[in-house]
Amino acid sequence: MQYSDVVMDHFKSPRNVGKIENPDGTGEVGNPICGDMMTITIKVKDDRIDDIKFNTFGCGAAIAVSSMVTEMAKGKKLEEAMKITNMTVAESLGGLPKNKLHCSNLGADALHKAITDYYARKEGKGREAKDTEKVEHIGKRKGKCYCPYCETGLPEPTPLCTRCGKPTLQSIADSATTKGAKKK
Amino acid sequence: MKVIYLDHISGNPLHPQVKEAIIDYIKKDGFGNPVSQHSIGDAATEILEDARVKVAQLINSEPQEIVFTSCGTESNNHAIKGVAFAKAKKGKHIITSNIEHQSVARPLRMLSQMGYNVTSVSVDKYGMVDPSDVEKAIRDDTILISIMHANNEIGTIEPIAEIGKIAKARGVIFHTDAVVSCGNIPINVNEMGVDLMSIAANQFYGPPGIGALYISQKVKILPLIDGGVQESNRRAGTPNMLGIVGMGKAAELARAEMPQRTEHLLKLKKTIMDRLGTIDEIVVNGHPEKSLPGLVSFSVSYIEGESMMMMLDEEGVSISTRSACASGSLRTSHVLIATGTDHATAQGTLVFSYGIDITVEDIDKAFEALRKSVAFLRNMSPLYKKE
Repeated sequence: MQYSDVVMDHFKSPRNVGKIENPDGTGEVGNPICGDMMTITIKVKDDRIDDIKFNTFGCGAAIAVSSMVTEMAKGKKLEEAMKITNMTVAESLGGLPKNKLHCSNLGADALHKAITDYYARKEGKGREAKDTEKVEHIGKRKGKCYCPYCETGLPEPTPLCTRCGKPTLQSIADSATTKGAKKK
Repeated sequence: MKVIYLDHISGNPLHPQVKEAIIDYIKKDGFGNPVSQHSIGDAATEILEDARVKVAQLINSEPQEIVFTSCGTESNNHAIKGVAFAKAKKGKHIITSNIEHQSVARPLRMLSQMGYNVTSVSVDKYGMVDPSDVEKAIRDDTILISIMHANNEIGTIEPIAEIGKIAKARGVIFHTDAVVSCGNIPINVNEMGVDLMSIAANQFYGPPGIGALYISQKVKILPLIDGGVQESNRRAGTPNMLGIVGMGKAAELARAEMPQRTEHLLKLKKTIMDRLGTIDEIVVNGHPEKSLPGLVSFSVSYIEGESMMMMLDEEGVSISTRSACASGSLRTSHVLIATGTDHATAQGTLVFSYGIDITVEDIDKAFEALRKSVAFLRNMSPLYKKE
């Protein structure tokens, strides 16, 4: 098996599985076509993450990442939780196989989206915030798409890269393609 | 914990008599090189030719039409490149299907980059090639048709005899990749009308790393590995005698035991199908009747295959998944996509492949583990709506 002991532990006994009823914030990333989809729901009390749960469709790495990010975020102040990155999650898991670093390691993105959603709701924007979020579902996306293997942006949204056939990323599409564009 | 091995398509365990045959050969100090002209060389030649006869009998060919290779992949490469290079002056068009193994698809891709034209016919939802599509694709410059006998992911058995007739009528060389079918279902190269056929021993309880290519006496192809007179100048290199001894024994046993083996496999298949029927939202892939007895492919909705495979592995059940996440290349199975399966469903695809060493009790234990992991992972899945 290609996974570390910590990954296997979180995969076998995942922490915080489920969905909070009437959450204060919801974050959703990925899509089933790419193979990974995560939904994180949070309850916030005094600017702290009081409770957090996840639902994940995905490989062993995706499940372990989800479990780890909820454990890392639980009880943390919101601003601290925002500092958790995909990379620190992967490090806490004792590393992830290289090919999984890109596609399955979206836990922090889901967490950040849940927190952003919480702030948006607090400001009274309600669920409108969803439509302005950085990460979108594949069907809705009109603009860019990014292949982490070719390290290029793709003009058309596609679940699999048109050059190499590997899954593309929706979540870091914006930042990555902008970088690519600047280079040119 | 006894591991229940349901990944026979990756390689069958050695038959006890195959093990014995190999050990016997080692004990008899089997080191002779069949090329040598002295008595020790002659002894090796005798063993080599005996194995060749046994493999030939398995597919109803002449012994001199069997060339030993290192595996099914080499056989496929040999057949395709061997024809392409030998017939380049006649034409550069090759016909294949959308569901071939990579060891056919990749050499063809290489050839297309070298100026050959490749037409790939599509398949129906069962993964079945329509022979009339193949006929329509034939051009004046078509030199080769390569269509697999049975598919390694979904088990569908292709109408090879019909395609063989078309190929013969149009004078086109016909190759079939019979790696997963040979030794498991009856094969007669004459009735099937094939000129070239790839075989691998580890698919019928022989050792890994040994295969064969059937080359009809009627066709001339170039060698893939050159530089020696072995295998009548068709495959250079010192033969893998340990493998060949094992393959010969395995071929002999496959031929003798095939009816009993098939009966056992079909019983297991029925058990699997019955058990699958008790789990919600599962799609069985491949043709309902024309399919290998020892393989069932199915897709479990709302779950990704690698996580199922890992959970089953923890429970002592070895299976394989066609999920992109577990493929190393992170690529969705081209076979499932060709049959019209959507990407999300393809992600939840498992393959149970089993053999004579597996019992109905093993299948029941595997299903206990499967049921557990499906419930656990669906409960975790944001796509599964619990009602």
